[in-house]
Amino acid sequence: MNVANPMPSATPAASLVRTLGLVSALCGVIIVGAYQGTYEAAAANRRIALERTVFKIIPAAKSMTEWQATARGIRPAGGEAAEGAIKFYAAYAEDGSLAGIAVEGAAKGYADVVRILYGYSPDCQCINGIGVVATKETPGIGDKIITDKAFLANFKALDVKLDQALAKLANEVKVVKHGSKTDAWQIDAISGATVTSRAVGKAINDSAQALLPILLPEIEKLRKKES
Amino acid sequence: MKDLSQAKNFDEFMEGIWRQNPVFVMVLGMCPALAVTVSAVNALAMGFATTFVLVCSCLLVSLMRKLVPKEVRIATYIVIIATFVTVVDYVIQAVSLELYEALGAFIQLIVVNCIILGRAEAHASKHPPATAMLNALGMGIGFTIGLFALGGVREILGAGKLFGVSLFGANFQPWVVMVLPPGGFFVLGAWLLLFAAIRRKKGIPPAESKGCHVA
Repeated sequence: MNVANPMPSATPAASLVRTLGLVSALCGVIIVGAYQGTYEAAAANRRIALERTVFKIIPAAKSMTEWQATARGIRPAGGEAAEGAIKFYAAYAEDGSLAGIAVEGAAKGYADVVRILYGYSPDCQCINGIGVVATKETPGIGDKIITDKAFLANFKALDVKLDQALAKLANEVKVVKHGSKTDAWQIDAISGATVTSRAVGKAINDSAQALLPILLPEIEKLRKKES
Repeated sequence: MKDLSQAKNFDEFMEGIWRQNPVFVMVLGMCPALAVTVSAVNALAMGFATTFVLVCSCLLVSLMRKLVPKEVRIATYIVIIATFVTVVDYVIQAVSLELYEALGAFIQLIVVNCIILGRAEAHASKHPPATAMLNALGMGIGFTIGLFALGGVREILGAGKLFGVSLFGANFQPWVVMVLPPGGFFVLGAWLLLFAAIRRKKGIPPAESKGCHVA
């Protein structure tokens, strides 16, 4: 019987493995190359973006250093970040004196986590500036936290004084209904964007409650810029 | 003879821009087309990123078309596409962090963009590199034009701006729904209507999608 085999012969397994291996190796080289090639530029971009936000919140600032706070106190960031450490940035004026401290905060908003950076002034024990690091809130509604002048006026001197024992805030930062702000530690919400306004308030409150009791007793460490 | 091949090349290039435009004719890649087109800049960036991935993967697929056994072709294409998406991801981070934040997860999602696998399978795997790249470039530019048509209109109506420049002065009350998800559907619908009307007037029968017949 001399019938031609109706089935085409199967491709040998070795050939399949070789092809896949070759393609994976080639793609691996391309990916690693792209990663190496862009790493420095991307890191520089992140640093510039952060500096720009810090300098916007603290207009007098000309340079900044990164610090971290743990239960044992504060120290300059560098090397391994300790578990549960809170990062903050000390911003210095041109003459090397402390211009302000920028702290990151985050809380769940309407769409996603709203990440902010706020400026803290140890002299008035108040928050005197705010910038948004990342938000996916509804355009035209929730993103008013970046532009709404009445809302931003809340952060000209938002009271975050500590209590007598320096253990927690004397008054919790609270977000109140639009137009009903009475005290310096309250935030007047944006009408129609209450959820996002509350997220900003919660982000500030949570982060200030955790950081300020550690930071304030050691504020002298930050007064002069280390050279 | 040369004229003929030039005309053919031009045809390959124009296919994606007009006759088989991925957005308006084939209606492919709708996920990024609706999601990131809230502004003209986002639309262009997404379009260029997709074009880059499209051209590079089609070139590589075309170069390897005789080496890759058909049993593993889809796996190979996916690996190639994922590679160039990763490259684009890194490059955008290096170019502009703001843009990266604005486009968000949709950069990574280019990997599942139907246009790219569709082109690799339906065109690049059957044509020499030059033709495949030309066709991919046309498709990419066509996709970019489509996204820009959406993003431009949505930014003008929804924010009163184009490329961030205010167009109507301070008294303009933005039509916010246009930059929200429903606006994407409204504007896309309007464009599709326009293109259907043009086709009808010219007597061209409704197009059938043939980008994603992977099998």
